[in-house]
Amino acid sequence: MKPIYLDNNATTACDPAVVEAMLPYFTEQFGNPSSMHSFGNKVGGAIKDARRKVQALLGAEHESEIVFTSCGTESDTTAILSALKAQPERNQIVTTAVEHPAILTLCEFLEKDGYIVRKLGVDKRGRLDLDEYKSLLNDRVAIVSAMWANNETGTLFPVEEMAELAHARSIQFHTDAVQAVGKIPMDLKQTRIDMLSLSGHKLHAPKGIGVLYLRRNTRFRPLLRGGHQERGRRAGTENAASIVGLGVACDLALQNLVHENTEVRRLRDKLQAGILARVPHAFATGDAGPAGKRLPNTCNIAFEYIEGEAILMLLNKMGIAASSGSACTSGSLEPSHVMRAMGIPYTAAHGTTRFSLSRYNTEAEIDRVIDAVPEIVARLRKLSPYWSANGPVDDTERAFAPAYA
Amino acid sequence: MWDYSAKVQEHFYNPKNTGPLENANGVGDVGSIKCGDALRLMLKVDPQTEVIEDAHFQTFGCGSAIASSSALTEIIKGKTLDEALQVSNQDIADYLDGLPPEKMHCSVMGREALQAAIANYRGEEWKDDHEEGALVCKCFAIDAVMIEDVVRANGLVSVEEVTNYTKAGGGCSSCHEAIEEILEKVAEEWSAEGGAAAATPAPEPAKPAARAQLTSYQRMRKIEEVVESIRPTLVKDGGDIEIVEVSGKDIYVNLKGACAGCMMEQATLGGIQQKLIEALGEFVRLLPAKLLTEIH
Repeated sequence: MKPIYLDNNATTACDPAVVEAMLPYFTEQFGNPSSMHSFGNKVGGAIKDARRKVQALLGAEHESEIVFTSCGTESDTTAILSALKAQPERNQIVTTAVEHPAILTLCEFLEKDGYIVRKLGVDKRGRLDLDEYKSLLNDRVAIVSAMWANNETGTLFPVEEMAELAHARSIQFHTDAVQAVGKIPMDLKQTRIDMLSLSGHKLHAPKGIGVLYLRRNTRFRPLLRGGHQERGRRAGTENAASIVGLGVACDLALQNLVHENTEVRRLRDKLQAGILARVPHAFATGDAGPAGKRLPNTCNIAFEYIEGEAILMLLNKMGIAASSGSACTSGSLEPSHVMRAMGIPYTAAHGTTRFSLSRYNTEAEIDRVIDAVPEIVARLRKLSPYWSANGPVDDTERAFAPAYA
Repeated sequence: MWDYSAKVQEHFYNPKNTGPLENANGVGDVGSIKCGDALRLMLKVDPQTEVIEDAHFQTFGCGSAIASSSALTEIIKGKTLDEALQVSNQDIADYLDGLPPEKMHCSVMGREALQAAIANYRGEEWKDDHEEGALVCKCFAIDAVMIEDVVRANGLVSVEEVTNYTKAGGGCSSCHEAIEEILEKVAEEWSAEGGAAAATPAPEPAKPAARAQLTSYQRMRKIEEVVESIRPTLVKDGGDIEIVEVSGKDIYVNLKGACAGCMMEQATLGGIQQKLIEALGEFVRLLPAKLLTEIH
């Protein structure tokens, strides 16, 4: 049976139309867009065309606000380092406790150099407290960086409102929108967002291509210096084939935006409701209620008293691909920082399983997953010392008390 | 995805001896829900002979935690308690044809459960004596707590010294930044203690193994000793090993009989190489002798 791919927040399949558009740029269209001859000219034209397509998806005012990079991480790093370098009188960064490691690890690194990093906490549904946010804004803050959508739970942050508040204090605002672009509508020219990161492979373009949206008139310092590519804001010969591919992918994402927010959302809701109806002691994490603000494609379910890697291995055996916030899947000692920030207990955080859909998933696939999951969970619970015949061991403390930690 | 051996997968997908054990008279609960591993081992011991007649487990944990638990129960059944106590975590990992370095702690947890269950049977109390830290060196599976302890105990100040004492950082070197951070942290604590460490240097640090310079003859003998110590195991399985050439850090051997061309050849070489590195206190590579003829 054909495997079912429900790990689209990790990466997506390249759309066949994307691949087709890219192929000539590996063969006859090999020119360097910086060259004076016609080999280069044609490639330059294709890049310009792709830039306009990205601009259209983001709702950017000017095409020159689109800077091609190599990935989301590069865009994030460029944004934060630029803000610090361009405004040496400001030494604080405001971010959130649930950002992607591309932001959090960089911030920890900068803390060692003396920068002050303030991380906003979240409530048990993964939401920010805007009053707390306001209290952190002052004229020493160089940049606010908050993700548009959380990669693990799909929870959306009110970045447009947050950008307004930052702008009022003349603070640059960056959003890591790697998970949001192509899944929810956006119109950046109507916002005060100064910088935004996106990553091609999250929206059916290839890996190795990203974008930093850089609002006109934002004080900026490049990360990579050298050639005049991207108007000197990101030196290095353009990844022409991937840029062309990203253009096509953005075009397709724009065409499918309604489908994503109706059909994909319906399938996601069906999957979540179907699993929760059949599996006891399980709950959806993040802002997962009917009126919750969440990506249309993501649901993250915590299965209590079992561990995520074991779930994934059994799912994989059934031909189902998902991902988990358990410690073991990453080789670290702690479960996902996102789950911990929401105060999810360890017995549940280790069993969180993320299902992320795309426009390629079908109703029949979702039905198969709903059928497969209850059995897998029951099988692992039978092995768990926290579980007795019909439910969790009443008093965990008394029933199962390991000798350490 | 982890690179789990076929044996690990077999014991994960079809674990042996699962669920509660009727009439268990030795129970060991170990693990930590924080790191996502918890194991209950249940033993049925014959009070006359102290033979483990049956063993069951219940495990909350990842694929390798479940596989390690299953392997443990299989290994100890039929053994006396004293025999069972000789089972090391490496024995559990070997039984499973190896575990990824990040997952070795699963086999450690198995051994601890065994100690705890036997202590419980004997009416003793078992206490865990080690704290586990984040894995720093993936080449040699050394964690942060161990590095910090060794740095503190021996007054180490450089990555090179840490490598000599613990092997951490002696492989791919990608963990050097993390080791430097540990060194900085400890150094800061020392200076916060009013330069106490500087005034009274750590008492005579034990001579690091790697610093003990062997003559080339002693080194050769050591290599032979290690290989000789392993031979009986291979011979038992119908194989054999012979040293062909020692050239700097490269040791060329012939695997013979059942070992030659066996699917486990690579794993066998890896295991012997690890023992050689430990015995010599330096990094060496164990290579099949056929590479020797290809090169020369």
